[in-house]
Amino acid sequence: MAVLAPPAMRRSGPPGRSRAPRRRRSWTGWAFIGPFMAVFAFVFLAPIAYAVYLSFFRTKLIGGTSFVGAQNYRDVLTDPQFWSSFGRVALFLCVQVPIMLFLALLVALAIDSGRLYGKSFFRVAVFMPYAVPAVVATLMWGFMYGPQFGLVGSLNEKFGWSLPNPLGPDWLLASIGNIVTWEFVGYNMLIFYSALQVIPRTLYEAADLDGAGQLRIIRSIKLPGIRGALLIATIFSIIGSFQLFSEPAILKSLAPNVITTYYTPNFYAYSLSFAGQQFNYSAAVAIVMALLTAVVAYAVQLRGMRKERQS
Amino acid sequence: MTINRRGFLRGTAAFGTAAAASAFLAACGSDDKSDSPSVSANDVDAALAAGGTLTVWAWEGTLKQVVTAFQAKYPKVTVNLVNAGTGDKQYTALQNAISAGSGVPDLAQIEYYALPQFALGKSLVDLSGFGAGSLDGTFTPGPWASVKSGGVTYGLPMDSGPMALFYNKDVFDKHGITVPTTWDEYVAAAKKLHAADPKAYITNDTGDAGFTTSMIWQAGGKPFQVDGTNVKINLADDGSTKFAGLWQQLITDKLIAPISSWSDAWYKGLGDGSIATLVIGAWMPANLESGVAAANGKWRVAPMPQWTAGGTATAENGGSSLAIPKLGKNNALAYAFMKYATTGEGAQLRTDNGAFPATTEQVNADAFKNKEFPYFGGQKVNEVLAQAAAGVVPGWSYLPFQVYANSVFNDTVGKAYVSSTTLTDGLKSWQDAATKYGKDQGFTVN
Repeated sequence: MAVLAPPAMRRSGPPGRSRAPRRRRSWTGWAFIGPFMAVFAFVFLAPIAYAVYLSFFRTKLIGGTSFVGAQNYRDVLTDPQFWSSFGRVALFLCVQVPIMLFLALLVALAIDSGRLYGKSFFRVAVFMPYAVPAVVATLMWGFMYGPQFGLVGSLNEKFGWSLPNPLGPDWLLASIGNIVTWEFVGYNMLIFYSALQVIPRTLYEAADLDGAGQLRIIRSIKLPGIRGALLIATIFSIIGSFQLFSEPAILKSLAPNVITTYYTPNFYAYSLSFAGQQFNYSAAVAIVMALLTAVVAYAVQLRGMRKERQS
Repeated sequence: MTINRRGFLRGTAAFGTAAAASAFLAACGSDDKSDSPSVSANDVDAALAAGGTLTVWAWEGTLKQVVTAFQAKYPKVTVNLVNAGTGDKQYTALQNAISAGSGVPDLAQIEYYALPQFALGKSLVDLSGFGAGSLDGTFTPGPWASVKSGGVTYGLPMDSGPMALFYNKDVFDKHGITVPTTWDEYVAAAKKLHAADPKAYITNDTGDAGFTTSMIWQAGGKPFQVDGTNVKINLADDGSTKFAGLWQQLITDKLIAPISSWSDAWYKGLGDGSIATLVIGAWMPANLESGVAAANGKWRVAPMPQWTAGGTATAENGGSSLAIPKLGKNNALAYAFMKYATTGEGAQLRTDNGAFPATTEQVNADAFKNKEFPYFGGQKVNEVLAQAAAGVVPGWSYLPFQVYANSVFNDTVGKAYVSSTTLTDGLKSWQDAATKYGKDQGFTVN
């Protein structure tokens, strides 16, 4: 909508004459973006508005639907199951995201260094898991994790080991973290790598002449140079962590007692509406979670941009 | 072949978009049609003569043959048999269609445990107007009681699942184990077997709401009492306590294979003897024959182990009915097909194809009882199962929101299988979760 009235144009011309032409211009603009706006409103805004609308009601098996105001939201905020699911993804975020981004950065730097033999092979190989659908990846890892008939079970049997059960209560979150890391290291690596490619080579030559070593170049040129990419990747990862769904949903059939119906916030919303027909409450959970995600992502972005300005 | 029914319940989920879409549909409001249509037998005949198209949502395998026979008999009727998912997947689809007010089938397969939920939601046609009352005595008592809710008949029983002990005779013979007749003997057998072969387990279980409730049922428990919208939940009653005590021993001593039923590993275990017994519904033979070909000739069926020596108590495990959703278009024609499929010719046809009948005529028929099963080494399996059908403990009822309760079973009772939580504590938190949901839904609980 910022397209409608470019400031430069508004300022041109005498004030008295400006009203009529601007009006005409604005309609032309609407005609151009109208089709987009219609689709946007229908597929993007309407569902959100509808979810908000839903969240103010409550439908009971006995008694039908009634308006309950903010009661659903009050319930969500005091719902221990919701907070336990939120806590789980928050923990996931704090542990898995740094590990994944660090690995991605390491690979990107290695490939970018130009000292790696077979660099395009590594680039494709590391990126490949991203092309595997999450469902397939999870099924695949699920088979490997299996303590009875999976790879873990076979290893235990063959070598007489007693590996911890990756699908047990203590290890499951880490196991999911492993799957997600495997899936997304390549994707983040590609973001970092392309950002690294943009850094002018002349800087490296200058650094070389000044006698800077590789580590120094990484610290003073490469990392500051891709700060924007790091920020974007972090924000994507935060959103991804909070939206964790497919991996636990698929693994539930392998670990039915460890993955509860409220394992992650999204899975909780899903279970509420599908098994419990609690669409209204589910909508409230979804909206609260969306707001929490937005707040955290925004906070990280603000912090990241402030640093960028400082540097 | 009777397809397994509860196995897929905890199957993997679909995805967020679907969730959003269904939430969207669900809210478009629902409207009720009149409550109990009064339709005479003549109307049903007229509907048959007029013909039309019926949409039936069911996953039960033997209905295919019934549809073929029905269409041959009534050429003007076209029946579309749709598999809209097994168990709770189908209920979700049905619930969404009902809420949306469109796309509702004329007839739907609904398991006994889920029927009260749909009945209470006023989603099903009261069959008394069609003369379902005259079918008293047509069906065996357990299933016939299961299709009634608050004194009203909402469906016709399609099959039944009285429980029995299925055991691998080869494994038993190899380790010198006698067939347990009581639960104490069952535990002893579990210990002996696992000691003799650390890879073999007496059975598998990873927490199964249907199994647990059936076990409590057999033990004489009545944890769910329903009177209209007044619900009493007591998962610490005598029956529940007995079951928890028994099963806790097996869990604590790691005598149960941590394998989920209906998984690939499960079929493998049933085939290679590492899962030696199943206490399960009478619909199991067809599943064993089709799913566990490797163990051909090894399995046998015995009466369910008892709490008191010499007893004959059993419980129902699974089993489903056909019911008419109110929003279906052609109720009279739907009733005609439903009656055909569940009684007389249809019931016989389904029995011949391996379903376990819920009709007295078929259960008591000599041909049925005397049928020898080559898979079971020529054993007259149905003799044992028919006896089990007669021993179902009366007075059981499910919650009017059992579908939901079962969906959180693994959140609560499931903890006992993977942590130090006991079954008793697990049942307690299951009760709490169900109570909370019931209250939220407007029931008076406890």
